Amino acid sequence: MGNAKGQKTPRVWLVLAALASLATVSIPLAYLSVRASDVPVEQVLEVLTRPRVGELTLNTISLSLAVSVTALAVGTIIAGILTRVRLRFAKTLLLVSALPLAVPSYLASYGWLVVVPSAQGFVPSWALLTAVTVPYVTLPVAAALRGTSAEGEAVARTLGLGPIRAFWQVTWPQVRSAAAAGALLVFLYTVSDFGLVAMLRFETLTWGIQQSYAASFDRSQAAILALLLVVIALVVVISERGARGQVLRTTATHVVTAPVSAPKRAIALSLVSLPPVVGVLVPLAGLGVRLVGADTIRELDVPRLAVATGVTVGAAALAAVVAVLMALPLAALAARYSQRWVGALETLGYLPHAVPGIVVGLSLVFFSLAVVPALYQTMAVLVFAYAVLFMPKALGTARSSIEGVSPGLVSVARTLGASPFRAWSKVTLPLALPGLGIGALLVAITTMKELPATLLLRPIGVNTLATELWSRTSGGEFGGAAPYAAVLVLIAAIPAMILSGVRSVAKEEL
Amino acid sequence: MFNSVRQKSGLALMGAIFLLAGCTGATDTLSETEDVVSAEETTETEAVAGVSDNYVVLYSGRKESLVQPLIDIFTEQTGIEVDVRYAGTPELAAQLLEEGDQSPASVFLSQDAGALGALSDAGLFEILPLEISDRVDPSFTSQDGSWIGVTGRARVIVYDSETVTVEELPQTANDLVGEQWLGKVAVAPANASFQSFVTAYRVIAGESAADQWVSDLANNEPEIFEKNGAILEAVDAGEVPLGLINHYYWYQMEAERGAENMRAKLYFTEPGDPASIVNVSGAGILAAQSGDLDAYELVEFFVSDQAQEYFATTTYEYPLVPGIPAPLGLPLLSDLATADFDLSDLRTLADTQELLRSYGLIF
Repeated sequence: MGNAKGQKTPRVWLVLAALASLATVSIPLAYLSVRASDVPVEQVLEVLTRPRVGELTLNTISLSLAVSVTALAVGTIIAGILTRVRLRFAKTLLLVSALPLAVPSYLASYGWLVVVPSAQGFVPSWALLTAVTVPYVTLPVAAALRGTSAEGEAVARTLGLGPIRAFWQVTWPQVRSAAAAGALLVFLYTVSDFGLVAMLRFETLTWGIQQSYAASFDRSQAAILALLLVVIALVVVISERGARGQVLRTTATHVVTAPVSAPKRAIALSLVSLPPVVGVLVPLAGLGVRLVGADTIRELDVPRLAVATGVTVGAAALAAVVAVLMALPLAALAARYSQRWVGALETLGYLPHAVPGIVVGLSLVFFSLAVVPALYQTMAVLVFAYAVLFMPKALGTARSSIEGVSPGLVSVARTLGASPFRAWSKVTLPLALPGLGIGALLVAITTMKELPATLLLRPIGVNTLATELWSRTSGGEFGGAAPYAAVLVLIAAIPAMILSGVRSVAKEEL
Repeated sequence: MFNSVRQKSGLALMGAIFLLAGCTGATDTLSETEDVVSAEETTETEAVAGVSDNYVVLYSGRKESLVQPLIDIFTEQTGIEVDVRYAGTPELAAQLLEEGDQSPASVFLSQDAGALGALSDAGLFEILPLEISDRVDPSFTSQDGSWIGVTGRARVIVYDSETVTVEELPQTANDLVGEQWLGKVAVAPANASFQSFVTAYRVIAGESAADQWVSDLANNEPEIFEKNGAILEAVDAGEVPLGLINHYYWYQMEAERGAENMRAKLYFTEPGDPASIVNVSGAGILAAQSGDLDAYELVEFFVSDQAQEYFATTTYEYPLVPGIPAPLGLPLLSDLATADFDLSDLRTLADTQELLRSYGLIF
């Protein structure tokens, strides 16, 4: 069944709801504009034309593009292997392939530096960032592949096409949207990362932003660089829209896994296990080495660890709900209407994700003191900050899951007498729920790992696992940090594993 | 759509947690016991006008495991409750600048003087009473009394003891840019303490010599790091033979790994050389909270004999109050360079940054 977008104009309330979401998510962009305009234009140009800024920009772009393209290719291949090739323990492998999501990038780089102290520069940054972000592509593509039938490919094979060409011509168009959305998230993540590239000593624009805060105490200079990041992101977000293509969905009646020869199976297995080994196993081993070498293993304060865990999980759950709710109007708009301005709104919804956490944190300090000072430094603003930061993670999957629900089904409900709202809540929403669930889980995982905005906005005396971990590692106490790191990865692994089991569209029973 | 009882109660629970959490943060600031003390309240010397409610908010750029025990002692001794926000000094400085006079904080404990200078420049600090600011040697504190130095940290060289012998080590900053150190020196040029070192060089040796030195350093292919801690890790792992950091990082790592396991070792350049200049960590009182007697007490506590001894024995940092013994094994404070400039002066800092920028060491 096809899914054509209508040219009719969207309902006013939907547009208003989407604009409201967009406005809240754009708080960081508004803040950046305010700070950047604090200084005269000549100074803005002076900063932008420094030779080193050119180098930092080039580094940001080259790293982000390299990581996104690699994650796209590797993620799609791994997803294809996991869904099309007959492997033992396929479910477990899918679970394991999701685990790198649970490891914060700063932890991954630290652990690797323990094991390979000479790791530095572009190549290790590229490899490690790819390893921790490839699940953003693997999981949606695997879910999409499981929702598609292999029959089209089988037909193509009987017509003489080789297996790869058959995949490329028949199946790829159906999963292209999911893969592109995943690759976009990878790009935005890489562009805004600081912890990993700082440790691996690859100087990107985020170094410049940090330096502006740490050495020059110049928030305007930081804002100028952050806006540069947003412009870079804008270009890529717009390109992703072009790469999406048509959403064609054939319902899977029978998903075939093909047996392969033992050598090929070995290759497939190695490829599938590469990201978990690089992104999870080695970093944890590195941390383990530090733990063992710690002379001062302080006694573990279990209640404190428990409280931090509770705060982390609670905040993540709330943030996930708020982020999905914020994403829904925009996603619904973008899924059903193809006007240019609708596309522009959706594009704007992604941009704040390119902004580093410290900037988003400061933007919310600025905003909440101006608008809701009573809520400043409360959990409410913190959860809101998470939703603002990570709504883009929910936006793509929400949109594609709503797109995947045929409007034909909704029309049937309407002809049977249901009001538009009832039709939406009884037909579209349940079918799109798995996709929304994916978005919620992604937001939850990323929230658990978030650090800079949390440090600024958390209520005094309230800590998450990430801030407790930071507090110890920034003081060199790795013995004390290890339990927090371990619990953080374990807790974040839970939604990651749930994610690996979610299908993109609920299977329609025929 | 949320049909089942379980889903409904789950939603209600989440809503309750949300509201509760939202309120808890707000009520923290309302729970202070109001205990107004008259303006004639005196300590040993002059009267300081203000009120005391036995509550103060501290923003600390220094880590919790170091500061909290000290705060606990303070609370025990004075009965003043202290709520502390722990984060990095750059982040807190940016936050304080954003908050302006709406900041809930009364006191800022900073890891470096640059942050203190930025806040002072923005008019956010209150001039400290003389009885507090006089406790510290004038070379190690603000020149206008807007902040006070709390501890001193010396710039040092760490070297890989397995590949570098003591005889080979540079004696002065000028030796650092020699040919034998091509590609072998780790620096963190964006770091405030490195920039203070370069400023000290400019003041001690003059602008043209400094320009030449920075040029030589840049040409000597230094290994760029983002933080002092990362430099120490790299030297200790044998990745780079020489690094420039602050002295207390080494003691911090030694406490964690054991002295016998430390491959990296400390070295001070010759007395008076800029490469062993002393930086300070310090504290200031936010002007928006001026008249908060508890804030004065807290800052005074940081430069009390008790707290100064605590810093000296816990982190091996230099106490800045005369009469408190320096940590054993370290050169005397009087032997180390103290260039005649305000450690927090932003204009001087900006000039140093311009110099580093012109040779591509920072952006």
